[in-house]
Parts: sequence; structure tokens; C-alpha cells
Amino acid sequence: MSFLKIDNLSVNYEMRRETVHAAKNINIDVNRGEILGLVGESGSGKSTVGNAIINLLDEPGKISNGSIILDGINILANPENIIKYRGKKIGLIFQDPQTSLNPILTIGEQLIETIQTHLSLNFNEAKEKAVNLLKEVGIKEAESRFNNYPHQFSGGMRQRVVISLALCCEPELLIADEPTTALDVSTQSQILDLIKRLTKEKNLAVILITHDMGVIAETTNRVAVMKNGDLVEIGPTKEILTNPKEVYTKSLISSVPPTNKKISRFKIIEKENKTQGETNIKILNRWTKKEIINQDLVQVKNLNKTFDDSFFTETSKNSVMAVNDVSFNIKEGESFGLVGESGSGKSTIAKIIVNLYRPSSGDIFFDNVCVTKIKSNKEMMKFRKQIQMIFQDPYSSLNGRLKVKDIISEPIKLHNPSISSKDLNDYIYDLLESVELTQQSAERYPHEFSGGQRQRISIARALATQPRLLVCDEPTSALDVSIQAQILNLLKDLQEQLNLTILFISHDLPVVRQMCDRMAVLKNGKLCEVSMTEELFKNPGHEYTKELLKLMPKIESIYN
Amino acid sequence: MLVVAFVSFSLFTFVGDPINNMVGEETSDEERAELRETLGLNDPVYVQFSRFVINASQGEFGISYQLRRPVSDLISERLPATLELVIISALIALTSGTLLGVYTGINRKGFLSNTILALSLLGVSLPTFVIGILFIYLFAVILGILPSFGRGEVVDLGFWSTGFLTISGIKAIILPSVTLSLFQMTYIIRLVRAEMMEILQTDYIKFARARGINEKSIHYKHALKNGLIPVITIAGINIGTLVAFSIITETVFQWPGMGFLFIQAVKFVDIPIMSAYLVFIAFVFVMINFIVDILYYFIDPRIRVKAEAVSG
Amino acid sequence: MDNQGLTLLNRIKDSDIYFSFIKSPTAIASTIILLIIFFCSFFVEVVAPFNPFDPSSLSLMDAFTPPSWSEDGVAKFVLGTDGQGRDMLSTILYGSRISLIVGFSAILFSLILGVTLGLTAGYFGGKYEMIVMRLTDVQLTVPSILMALLVDGIARGIISKELHNEMAIYVLIFAIGISEWPQFARVSRAATLVEKNKDYVSASIIIGVSNPVIMFKHILPNILRPVLVIGTIGLALAIITESTLSFLGVGVSPTTPSLGTLIRIGNDFLFSGEWWITFFPAIFLVILAFSINLLGDWMRDTLNPKLN
Repeated sequence: MSFLKIDNLSVNYEMRRETVHAAKNINIDVNRGEILGLVGESGSGKSTVGNAIINLLDEPGKISNGSIILDGINILANPENIIKYRGKKIGLIFQDPQTSLNPILTIGEQLIETIQTHLSLNFNEAKEKAVNLLKEVGIKEAESRFNNYPHQFSGGMRQRVVISLALCCEPELLIADEPTTALDVSTQSQILDLIKRLTKEKNLAVILITHDMGVIAETTNRVAVMKNGDLVEIGPTKEILTNPKEVYTKSLISSVPPTNKKISRFKIIEKENKTQGETNIKILNRWTKKEIINQDLVQVKNLNKTFDDSFFTETSKNSVMAVNDVSFNIKEGESFGLVGESGSGKSTIAKIIVNLYRPSSGDIFFDNVCVTKIKSNKEMMKFRKQIQMIFQDPYSSLNGRLKVKDIISEPIKLHNPSISSKDLNDYIYDLLESVELTQQSAERYPHEFSGGQRQRISIARALATQPRLLVCDEPTSALDVSIQAQILNLLKDLQEQLNLTILFISHDLPVVRQMCDRMAVLKNGKLCEVSMTEELFKNPGHEYTKELLKLMPKIESIYN
Repeated sequence: MLVVAFVSFSLFTFVGDPINNMVGEETSDEERAELRETLGLNDPVYVQFSRFVINASQGEFGISYQLRRPVSDLISERLPATLELVIISALIALTSGTLLGVYTGINRKGFLSNTILALSLLGVSLPTFVIGILFIYLFAVILGILPSFGRGEVVDLGFWSTGFLTISGIKAIILPSVTLSLFQMTYIIRLVRAEMMEILQTDYIKFARARGINEKSIHYKHALKNGLIPVITIAGINIGTLVAFSIITETVFQWPGMGFLFIQAVKFVDIPIMSAYLVFIAFVFVMINFIVDILYYFIDPRIRVKAEAVSG
Repeated sequence: MDNQGLTLLNRIKDSDIYFSFIKSPTAIASTIILLIIFFCSFFVEVVAPFNPFDPSSLSLMDAFTPPSWSEDGVAKFVLGTDGQGRDMLSTILYGSRISLIVGFSAILFSLILGVTLGLTAGYFGGKYEMIVMRLTDVQLTVPSILMALLVDGIARGIISKELHNEMAIYVLIFAIGISEWPQFARVSRAATLVEKNKDYVSASIIIGVSNPVIMFKHILPNILRPVLVIGTIGLALAIITESTLSFLGVGVSPTTPSLGTLIRIGNDFLFSGEWWITFFPAIFLVILAFSINLLGDWMRDTLNPKLN
């Protein structure tokens, strides 16, 4: 008999105009000593299920049907009793360690409060237990750190504190909702190892909610796949990943960028089990393709950028050296990747190349002209035309108050002021079709489109001035993995047919492997190494690169 | 502070000709010139300014145009009245405002909550003077239990005169202080409520619930303490606003305080009083800001740690 | 084009704002009340039963008539008359027009000044932003009443008495406007900072769009929502401030009385029993302010994405 059995669970959200069925007839079971992964894209309902178990649904969510049987008892029968289970029998941890802790209480106070709520221990006993727990989760100098405040811990350490809080009253079920998504790769692997260890040592039943297939492959024993509130498949992880039965699972797995090889296109399995073909790039007709001479289109020389916190503070105390003596070249026509974790400086470099920031020192050469030294606006406009950018957040990259056609026409009208109205419309339609959107999209507003479609609009806008260099700043990091595959395929097609040079920035190594011919690795503003992508993956030179490659979650690990 | 002093000073010097305001029509030109000389109005501007600052810091503001008495005397006479009024009002507004704000923040949907909210909205729409008139009419004219003007009997404690020690003094202060506090109270209620509601939606509250902490602890220990932080800033500014609004209340109730003095000054363009009032107000605000900063240091650990890190 | 107009109407009907408006009785009620008041004030010459400023129509015999429903009341003076024989209803309507004109103009002045400064400060940053923000900080610690009083006082000192009487309205508008602009500047700057960091602004910069175009075509429409909320609530405050100043005797000149002036005049008669002379203008003022505040409150709740 499984420790936790979710039977026919349905959860509804009564919104203003409609009822959203976040979870429909979910049947899941978990045993002690095993980690069940709950995987799905955004809107799948995986977080909803996690919240429902502990009856902490955000308003206006309600459990409309079903039962949750924990250790033989149906805890939904009497919802008020749930309070007794929270913390004592069930522990829950969230994604963002920064916001999970009360900023004005010490972690010691928060631990003792939780312990004394459920266990009848006096202050000293509780303190002893708390300190031991901190040691167990790997916090050094637990005794003294007991009296620290949350903001005095780093991200990874904070998540360990959160875990200790969730486990301090020795629950038997742990629900972890995207526990490592906000952490960088090395911290992520430590936290996942910690969870695996605690599962074994304390014989916990664990539900690990995530969207990352690599994490699933490396951490979970069994996995449940969800889509739009439905449970698609459930079974042992190895089986599901190597031999999926449902079409959705197949397409989900095939969208994940492989970590161990380079493929030319992502196989996107559509409904009739066909793979997606190449895009028809209509604006090819208007594009004046330049011959590719094997030259360096972009040269970055000794780039430095320091940010000062505020106008009046002494520069030394609060300044951050975001970019530290970085130099590299990008050849015309190639796809160059810039990889690093958060704080590595990759975004800053991109913004300097497109002239959003000025460097503190160093130069950028574009087509052998020093861009950083340009002072006049007219000169600058010539370069603005040739360098364009697409961004990470599909929601903030489009002005919600403008129609799509106005968003796309802005660059066109600015650089071709004498274009006729008819030509303008034709051009806009061609651009939209080239990114696989319909002509009718021109009359709509951004909020009517999904995240993936918005990125397509951004791409259309970026292509409007016929740039030679397209800078892509984490363009798919905020998208679901299946949408990501489609957008990456689109970018590949565009590059090939339009002879674009692409600077691709990401923290996601497998994606960069698929997209880029050459790449550079950054850490804390410094360049670690630059080389051909395949070479870097097979024979990494720098220690940091080796560590990144070792620690990144790989879906292929399931085959080991 | 210096900026304010400069503004005051400019008022003094450039607005209107002080001589004209001080003397009657019949004074001859010679006499005017003499007066100008004695008052030092012919000296260069910076000399006049420094004299002003020196005098001001010693509490010497010159002579009121209209009332022909030294301004500093007038101020010290009226100051206790205003301060007592403001202090009582502040207490009323802060305590009841916070209590009601917390209650409506926690119980978002109850009938009592909604009533309080509706009343608070009404409170913001009622100008202070209307409230004052209403109270006077109700309690003084119809019910006749509270006095409608003045301060009642006052006990003179040397440099301070207080109305707290006499029955009539206490009776007299009730209506004006409640009137004065009403506007601020409603503002505080809405502010505290908004704060509480926002905090109760945060992740750390959700996490606390997930750990089984009971609702009462969550409301008072976790939420309220966090909620008080912004309230303190507002409370500080509030006291300043109270001082300003006391102008109105004092006029309606004919309370012999500084506000009443100021209004008369504006009507009769009595510059010395106006500039003195300005300096006084500025001083009060600077003090309040200072106190608020100190309070912040004690309440928010993030600021404490940062300060220690910088100095240590 | 008809087509465009129709789609705009449809867009409004489909929007969330309309939806929550229809569902909120307070919003509907307050809007109706306000529309009635605005209409009456605008067309007061037509709507009011009498013209209280025409000396020929006045007769001291009518003075101190109580409201029509009381014993000595008369049907034609619905709300009674004041000490000079003027019909209360008419004087209130004329008075509300003055109050509304001053309130609206002052807020409009504040809004334009505050939003321009706030928007440019947030966008350009640097020393300019610092100076503007310090200015708002300093002025925000001074309550608006005080500010308005000060400006008014200075004006009296500078301008001669007769000129001041004529210009009283403009001085008042300026005084109240000056006292409220920091609120708009603060909100605009904060909202501008948020928008400035959004990628669509970066995209426009990369395309090469000039700064003024970015500020007014892209950022301004996106910061209007919070500005509108502050504007509505500020309007109520401006009207109250004006009536307070008039009550204190330092507002509009007595020849063009606003609601505040009326209340002050009526106050003198309160103790001798003619309560209606101050009561009705006061009630009217409160209803006006309350409706505006209700509307502003509803706007704040609807336009706030966080509160569900």
C-alpha cells in the first residue's frame, strides 16, 4: 500500500469569466524511500497538485473532487485537520529561497517556532535539535549561524535552511516545488544530492516538481507527466524516458536539447507523428544578401565594465566589476555562443555590443569600424541598422499598448522614412509569415499572444532592418521546452537562409551546443576559454568548464 | 534646514516693503529712511541673511507687523497649545488607526470590516473643518456637554502652560483633538490594511502556513511586525501633517495655538510671523525624520546589519 | 472610420476594466452622481432656479427662509435662503462650479508639471533625477495645505490687494497645483523606472528611436494608469483644500463664492438656529468628495494587478 495515494483529484479555479480546470482526475501514488518526479510545462497543473495535497491552494482555487490518502487516512475528509499535518507529516519547499523566509526573524527563531508548534520540547531541547538539523543539511558553523538573518545567507545556503525548516519536525512526505530552478548549476547539483541523501536516510516519500527533464533523469525513481491538468503518463523514470508511450511525452522528450551530441534540427513531433519541416522565409525576396568573406564581423577587445551603485557612494565599496578584460571575435556568418551562470557578465557584454551600455574601457569593432568611439547620431544610426537584438522575457519585450503592426513598423519607418504605405504593409506581412505568424496578427495586441508567439514577433521586429548581426539574449530561457525547440529551429532556418551572424547568450549548455559553432565560457566577468563548440564539449580546457559540464543535469544519464 | 532659512529670509526681505507695512501712511520720508537705517535694511543681503540666521537660532524673529509684539513671545505663548493638541491627536490617530487597519487587513470580507472601510472613505472625504463644525453643533449646541471654543482653564508651569490638569481643560481638548485626528486616522487605517493584505500574500507567509504555524501567530508575529516598517515612516510624516492641519482645527475651535496665529498672519501679510512659523515647521519635520531614521535602525535587521558591516 | 470606432468600442467592452465596472455598484453609483453634478455645474445658468448674483432678483424679505419641508418653508426656495435672501440651491450650484473649476484646473496643472518632471527624471537619471527627487522629497514633507497657504500668503504680499481679489482664482489654482505636483512626479518617476527597464524600451533604443519619441510614445501611455488613480484622488483633495482655504478666508474672493466660502458664511448663523445655511453646502461638498474618492478607490483596486 503506497504511503501517499492521490485518488481522482480535481482542482478548479473560479476566475472572473470562466472556470479553469487546473487538475483533472489525477491518480498518483508515492512510496516511502522513493522520489516521484512531477514534470510538465507551464499550465500543466503540477504545482497545483503539490499545493492541493497540503491544502494551500492560492485563491480562488478549490478542490472539487477526489481524495488524498496519506498513510491510510483520507486527509481531505476533514480539511481543517490538514493544519495538524502541515509540517508534522508533510513538508513543503518552494522555488525561491529568497522570498520563503521572513526577513525580520533570525533563522533560529523560525526554526524554534516550527519545532515548538509540533513537538513538545522546551527551548534548549528545541535549539539543540535545530542546530543538529542545520549541520545535517550542510550548514557550516551551525551554532553561530543560528542567530543569523536570512539575508546573511547565500542562495544555496538559504535553500538548505528552507529544507531544514521543512524537515525539522520529521515529516514523512516531502513536496519540493521547483527547489533548484532559481539556483545556479553547481548549487543545484548539491541541493539535489542533499535531497537524495535525506530521502534514503530518513526513508522519506518525496514528490519533486520540476520542468527540467535532466533533473528528472538524474534524481527521480518514478515520474508522472502532466499536461494542461491531465495526467499523461506515470511510471518508472527509466521506462518513461527511454520508451515513452504517449505522443505528448515523446514530443516533450525529443524537444530536450541533447547534451551528448549535436543535431541539426530539433525533432518536433506534431499530432500526426510527423516532424516539423523547414520554415518558408518570405522576406528572402527583399533581403540583400551579402557575400560572406571569412572575416571577423565583430571584434571585442579588452572590454571592461564596472557598475557603480549610486551617484554618491564611494566607487570602491559598492561597485561591481561586471566585465573584466574580455576579448573575443565573431566571424561573419557563424553562430557564436556566450555561456555563463548568472553574474558572469554575459548579458552585459551583449548590451555593450548593441550599444545599450558604454564600456568603462575597451573597444568593440564592427566591420572594422570602432563602434564604441562613435559620437554622432547619424553615424550611430548606420550601425543600429545592422545590429539587432532579441530578449529573454517575451512579456516585457513588446509594448503592450501598441498593435503588432505598429511594433514592427517602427524600425522600418525609422530607417526608410519614404516607404509607401502599401510597401510597408507588404513588408510587415512578409516578416510575419517568415516567423510563422498569420497576416491577421498585425492587427492584434501583444497580450493576445502566447510566450512563444511573442518571441516570434520580437524576431520579426529584429529582422525588419535587415541586420547582419542578431544578438539573442537567452531567447528561450523563459519558454517551455517544446516551444523552445520550435523557436530554436526557426532561428537556425533564418540564419541559414539569410546569412545572419548570431551571438547566442545562454546559461543552458545543451542549448548552446545545438545552436553554436564556436563558444566562450564566462565566469564572474572573466573569459575562461573560447573554442569550437564540439571541441569544448569533448575536451574542455578550463577547470570551470569541466565543472559545468560535469554538474549539468543530463537527460541521457538515464541510460547509465 | 539652511534652505528653509533662506526661503524664510527671502520672504522677509523681498516680499513687500517691511517699512510700508509697519508704519502708517502719515510717516514722512525722512522718518522712513531713519527706520530703515536702524533696522539695518540698507546693509548688503548676505549680512542681513547671516543676521537673520543668528537671530533665528536664538529664537529671535523680529517684531510682528500687525500685533507689534516680538514674534518669539507670541510663539512661546501659543506653542504649548498647539503641541498638546497635536500630541493627543497623534496618539488617537495612530493607535486606533493601526488597530482598525490590522483588523480590516486580516478580516478582509466581514461586514464590520466593510463598514469600517466605508466609514474611512467617508472620513477622507470630509474636510476637517466640516467635521469640526459638525461636532460643535452636535456636542455644544444640541447636547451642550462640551465647550465649543477656547482651551478651558490652563495651569501655568513657567515656560509651559498645560490644559491637562484641569477638568475644563480636558473637556476642551476632546473635540478639537478628535476632529484633528479623524482625517489622519482614516489614512492610517487604509495604509495599514493595504500593508497587511500585501504581506499576507507573500511566500514566507505561505511557507509559515505550510509548516503548520497557527493563524494567530502568523498574523501577529510574522505579518504585523513586517507591516509596521512602512507605517513608521508614514507616522512620522503624519505628525507633520497634523501640525499643519491644526491650523484649520484651531480656527474652527478658536484654539489659541500657533496655527491660528499663522492664519491671521497670512491674512494680514504679517511676514515675521510667517517666516518664523516656516522655520518652526521645518525644524519639526527635520526632527521627525531624524527620529524615524533611528527607529528604522532598531526595527529592520537588514539596515542594522548593513550599518554594522560598513562601520565594522 | 466606422470600423475602427466599432472595434474600439468592442475592445472597451471586452476589457477587464469594463467588466469590473459593471460589477461594482459603487463605481456606477458614484459615476452617475458625478455626472449629474458636473452637468448641473456646467449648465448652472439653465439648471438653477434663480440667479443669486443678480441683485435685482433679491429681496431681503426672503432672507432666512428655512427649507421647503419645514414649517415656515416656501416651495420655491427648496433649500431655504441665506441672510441676503439668496436661494440656497442656486448658490450651492454656482458655488460648486467654482469649486470644480479650481479643483480641476489645479490638478491638471499639477499633473502636467508632475508627470513631465517625473517622466524625464526617471528616464534620464543622473544629477537631474537627483535634484528633482530631492525637491519632491522636501516638498512632500510639507503638507499641501501649508504649501498652498504659503504660496497664497506670498502672493498677497507681492500683488496689491485689488489685483489680488481679481486674480484670486488663478493664485489659488497655482497654489493648490504647486502643492500637489510632487505626488504626480513621484508616481511617474517610479513607473518610468519600471518601464525603462523593460526590454521593449531597450529594443527601441537599439532600433535607434530618439529619446523624446521613446518617452512620449512608449513610456507615457504605460504609466498613465497609476497617474490616473493619483489624479482622481488628488482631485478630491484639491477640492477639499480649496474649500478649506476659502473657509479660512484665504481662498477665492467673496464675490465668487465656492462651497467653502458658503460654509464659512453659514457658520456664523449656526448658533442662531439657521442651520441650513451651512448644512446644505457642507453636505454637497461631502457628497462630491465622497463620490470622487469612491471612484478613485475603485480605480485603484481594478488597476492594481496584485490584489485579486
